[in-house]
Amino acid sequence: MHAMPISAVPAVPGRRLPRLRRLLVAATAGAISLSALVACGGGESSKASDGGSPSAAVPAAAAPVTVADPWVKASDSGMTGVFGTLVNTTGAPLTVVSGTSTVSAKTELHEVADVDGKPAMRPKAGGFVVPAKAGHELKPGADHIMLMGLNRPVKPGDEVAVTLTLDDGRTVGFSAVAKAFAGGKEDYTPGMAKG
Amino acid sequence: MDTTPTTPAVGRRRLLTGGALTLGGVLAGSGLGAAVRRPDDVRPQPPGYGRQTVPFHGPHQAGIDTPAQAHAVFLGFDLAAGTDRAALVRMMRLLTDDAVRLTRGAPALADTEAELAALPARLTVTFGFGPGLFRAAGLDDRRPASLEPLPPFPIDRLQDGWCGGDLLIQVCADDPLAVAHAQRMLVKDARSFARLRWTQRGFRRGRGVEDDGTTQRNLMGQLDGTANPIPGDDVFAGAVWTDAGPDWLRGGTTLVLRRIRMEMETWDAADTAAKEFSVGRTLGTGAPLTGAAEHDPPDFNARDAFGLPVISEFAHIRRAHVADPRQRIFRRPYNYDDAPAADGTPDTGLLFASFQRDIAEQFLPVQRALATSDHLNQWTTPIGSAVFAVPPGCAPGGWIGEPLLG
Repeated sequence: MHAMPISAVPAVPGRRLPRLRRLLVAATAGAISLSALVACGGGESSKASDGGSPSAAVPAAAAPVTVADPWVKASDSGMTGVFGTLVNTTGAPLTVVSGTSTVSAKTELHEVADVDGKPAMRPKAGGFVVPAKAGHELKPGADHIMLMGLNRPVKPGDEVAVTLTLDDGRTVGFSAVAKAFAGGKEDYTPGMAKG
Repeated sequence: MDTTPTTPAVGRRRLLTGGALTLGGVLAGSGLGAAVRRPDDVRPQPPGYGRQTVPFHGPHQAGIDTPAQAHAVFLGFDLAAGTDRAALVRMMRLLTDDAVRLTRGAPALADTEAELAALPARLTVTFGFGPGLFRAAGLDDRRPASLEPLPPFPIDRLQDGWCGGDLLIQVCADDPLAVAHAQRMLVKDARSFARLRWTQRGFRRGRGVEDDGTTQRNLMGQLDGTANPIPGDDVFAGAVWTDAGPDWLRGGTTLVLRRIRMEMETWDAADTAAKEFSVGRTLGTGAPLTGAAEHDPPDFNARDAFGLPVISEFAHIRRAHVADPRQRIFRRPYNYDDAPAADGTPDTGLLFASFQRDIAEQFLPVQRALATSDHLNQWTTPIGSAVFAVPPGCAPGGWIGEPLLG
């Protein structure tokens, strides 16, 4: 569950590495734990609900994309968002084109865009592009994974299994822990994906 | 603002800033990588205390044998109705994850003020389970037998609002902002499962004001904790880490948290000799009345010219003295000093945090001895009381309380 490198405290706070670079370093060093890790191709999500995140996890090299620091906003019903950082461990750009989860009827890849002068979330045309050896952050108020039509409450501390599909058909599974969170309340604008 | 650099400090800062800018400007032409890295070497280094971390993982929870940080908050929660064993598992996994990240200087998940996490200043987060948590989890048979509210003592003037609690979170750091941020993140995750019952803030000397390891002075002016076991040695281990009772608590401990009000108005009325007589130590050096230095062992048999004990039969240090090392308690107190009343009466005292293997075996005998005849009772009044089992630590990937709740 903890993807931060051990030396997370920078030697000089004002001069630390950008967060995504640090995450990538952690990923390539195999420091990302099982709960954030993934089975390549099978879409099998890790069983993080044991609280386990053994360091001897799936070899990092096996997963083209890992998800660092994944979490989901707790919600009783309706829809909610999944956040974290997609980390591309390969030398070529990858695109996440779709997703599924165990708790929602539908899963969409969203962006927050300016619609008529107001921020609104909508499906992101083309999906999430993760550059080679780099990260793509999913956070409230920006790109995120939207779980729609929740079939059960997502309570704080729950683990939600999410599977993402890449444009080459490979799948990536991960588990996001639910946290009570006040933000991420942008208006939802369905069917507005015009690129 | 005075813009004239008259003091050496200002002059130095201006000089360093100018130097860094100049160097940055030179490096700008030599490639981005160099420009990003090099200024590290010439920037003024911030004081080191802010970046210091205390490992969260280990056989024992941090914040017990950790040299006491300057600031602390003790948060006592009542579990919400419906918080059962499964919910407690979810709660403790969330809280453990917050603690792991924050104590290493990283933001918690969903941290809305991530910048505040960067300087942990030896942040520790320590969890304790009150008697009610065992009932809520359906695990009362695994509660340590003596983990129950302390029996009443004649000196007590307990206020319900400072007593009890099903869950304790102790947050300590050398920086109050680090404590405040950790408190905010932990409370946000705990409140889905529990409600705050009390919040007790405490402080000691600021880091660096005295040498590390100096005995702290409480608000009555006394050196407080001279006779404490020393973390890391065998006496400490034998007195603090639980090695009997329920299996899940091995390597853990118990905490008794007493809020002890200091009656400063009457303490002020006592003269120095009376104050020193009541404790059995001098105020200046903390030496026993039979010695010259703080750590001289008190001579409880010494008599004065009239044949009377030099250290009174009712002196605090005599009443609190425990000969058997296994029976000692480990005190990790913090001062509190809340807003005075309109007439100036202070709201001052001690958050008396006592760690020991077993409350009945160690804490209660000392408390009984003090409650019946300690001179100091004239000026100290227990107004709060809570007891907690403090689970052992955990390894990376584990969570606090897993051996009990998992």
